[in-house]
Amino acid sequence: MYRYDEFDREFVLARVAQFSDQVRRRLSGDLTEEQFKPLRLMNGLYLQLHAYMLRVAVPYGTMNSVQMRRLAHIARKYDHGYGHFTTRQNIQFNWPRLDETPEILSELAEVEMHAIQTSGNCIRNVTADHFAGAAADEIADPRVYAEILRQWSSLHPEFSFLPRKFKIAITGAPNDRAAVQVHDIGLQLARNEEGETGFTVYVGGGLGRTPMIGRKVRDFLPEADLLAYTEAILRVYNLYGRRDNKYKARIKILVHETGLEELKADIEREFEAIRGGILTLPKDEVDRIEAYFAPPVFKAPGDESHFAAAIETMPGFADFAQRNLNEHHQPGYTSVTISLKPIGGAPGDASAEQMDVVADLAEKYGHDEIRVSHEQNLVLPHVLKADVPAIYQVLKEHGLAEANAGLVTDIIACPGMDYCALATARSIPVAQRLSERFGTPERQKEIGDLKIKISGCINACGHHHVGHIGILGVEKKGKEFYQITLGGSADEKSSIGEIVGRGFSYEEVVDAVETVVDTYLNIRSGEEEDFLQAYRRVGETPFKEALYGTQ
Amino acid sequence: MSNTIYKNGIFGPNEWAVLEDEADLPESGKVLVSPDRFLALEGSAPEGVELGVVIRAGEKAERLVAHLAKLPMVAIDFPKFSDGRGYSSARLLREKFGYKGELRAIGDVLIDQIPFMIRCGIGSFEISHAPTRRALEEDRLNEVPIYLQPVGRDGEVPLGTRPWARRRVA
Repeated sequence: MYRYDEFDREFVLARVAQFSDQVRRRLSGDLTEEQFKPLRLMNGLYLQLHAYMLRVAVPYGTMNSVQMRRLAHIARKYDHGYGHFTTRQNIQFNWPRLDETPEILSELAEVEMHAIQTSGNCIRNVTADHFAGAAADEIADPRVYAEILRQWSSLHPEFSFLPRKFKIAITGAPNDRAAVQVHDIGLQLARNEEGETGFTVYVGGGLGRTPMIGRKVRDFLPEADLLAYTEAILRVYNLYGRRDNKYKARIKILVHETGLEELKADIEREFEAIRGGILTLPKDEVDRIEAYFAPPVFKAPGDESHFAAAIETMPGFADFAQRNLNEHHQPGYTSVTISLKPIGGAPGDASAEQMDVVADLAEKYGHDEIRVSHEQNLVLPHVLKADVPAIYQVLKEHGLAEANAGLVTDIIACPGMDYCALATARSIPVAQRLSERFGTPERQKEIGDLKIKISGCINACGHHHVGHIGILGVEKKGKEFYQITLGGSADEKSSIGEIVGRGFSYEEVVDAVETVVDTYLNIRSGEEEDFLQAYRRVGETPFKEALYGTQ
Repeated sequence: MSNTIYKNGIFGPNEWAVLEDEADLPESGKVLVSPDRFLALEGSAPEGVELGVVIRAGEKAERLVAHLAKLPMVAIDFPKFSDGRGYSSARLLREKFGYKGELRAIGDVLIDQIPFMIRCGIGSFEISHAPTRRALEEDRLNEVPIYLQPVGRDGEVPLGTRPWARRRVA
């Protein structure tokens, strides 16, 4: 993985000093809260319902055991003993004190971590496939380019006061696990006929109030032009993106209102002006960064006989092996998903103790690598299949062995009204009740692949628009109401879910989801037809009828 | 005239007055007018009047391209410190259109944004915010002196060096 050199180290330390000075000036009154707000946000510090929240960056979701242990330490020392992993592969601490944040940042800097640009109207943490460098279906490691973009976008002098936040995602595999089509810029690594590396570029995807799938602006952008083209997009957006209404300020609205062809022409014009200049990526620079992401020195396949034996004898292991392992390109290896969705738990939360356990496992079995997935789980990307039973045993002792990756209880949920100042409804308790409703292993297995995503307000941090079943909590006359959408998806065939009908109360919503799930089980052509395929085949009618009767 | 202009490390007087479109041109002096008015006036301003242009957020700098060589001053207005359009306007003027004259930030100019403005090619600043003035007088720019990306500011990144050209400020 990427390691800081002297520049990175000095950069992060200087940023801590800069932010400490900003906090000091806020406390002394030199900065008003209005002036301080964008500065603290640019450093990941939000003011929530009950307290400040600090969002720490985990660039493209990759970290090592030392970093994970430091997060555990911060959870213990400055928080209530836990942290919350987010859909953008970062981690949030919900209870830090403003005056302690410089100290937290110093502690993070010691292990090459920071909170730079995890919030604010700037270029956010660049996200990538959580199986990057491991997945069997990968064309190239997306983290190389995510790191190049991270460096280029850090404290960018021109793009630190954009109309609104700006999110970039990269996938290196044809099976898109990074949801690139619902990002402001989505990059799909590709090879052209000459075998050269480049990107298919999407612009203007996003969720929030106005969900949109990104539009393709380039079939193949050569690798060398990555930064120049990205700068051209950002410059057009910075100049022309709307600033009169924050709900219409994302680049998706600019694409929509300007029209794709005209905007594309604007981008190409800017690009032509800077093409071949200082932003051109020399190949040796790409190689230099790539070297950081060289695969670990893989071991020979271990003795897999206990893996086979564990399937037979170890309770729960067969389900775990079936759901939570992802095919690795190296023989004898696999990637393990560590679910942060225990039945009845808050999605994405991990205790300090659990973080330490994951760090130990990564160190002992996983070439010291850990990933955060945008589905709010953790991943050990490189482990020997032969070691999986031992890993499972440890996970089980610490409540981390739920065999539900990709199943109905692997729910994405935003923090909702339990924490967030913007939320209009609770999300976590809905996720918890759904998880309990469907939580038995038999039931989950019977239902198969199903992504439920829950947002506690229209800002859609829980990505409900792209849930196979999406749930949006809204407030109506002082009561929480939940709208259900069906058929959303954030993979290489992205789609926005459709609202199925009137909403349900907090009490009713779990029953309603169960009705939807039961309807699917009744109409599917067979066990191999998953929820999304069935929905795409039959449409919403049977679900509507089951929910609201035939009218 | 109060010393409100920060330039080359010191405060000095503001010799340029912003003239709204409705206001009459003075007999003499240095005035900043809108691009519209500047283009309309082209060559017909009174002899004693020196014209500069003020670009408001959302106005296109492109319109001035043919006149940049003879413009002594372009001011970029930041209506609100959080409105970042001016950064792009500044870079376009400097790097795409080759403007060599004075580039000034006016409006809501605060200390935490000044390092970014400098990197985008802005060289003078109209300061009305007292804590910002104090910080500048005490030489507390509070910048992160490591740059992780190149911009085209003169002398910042030699061509052909590392593309994100990380570099320390000398």
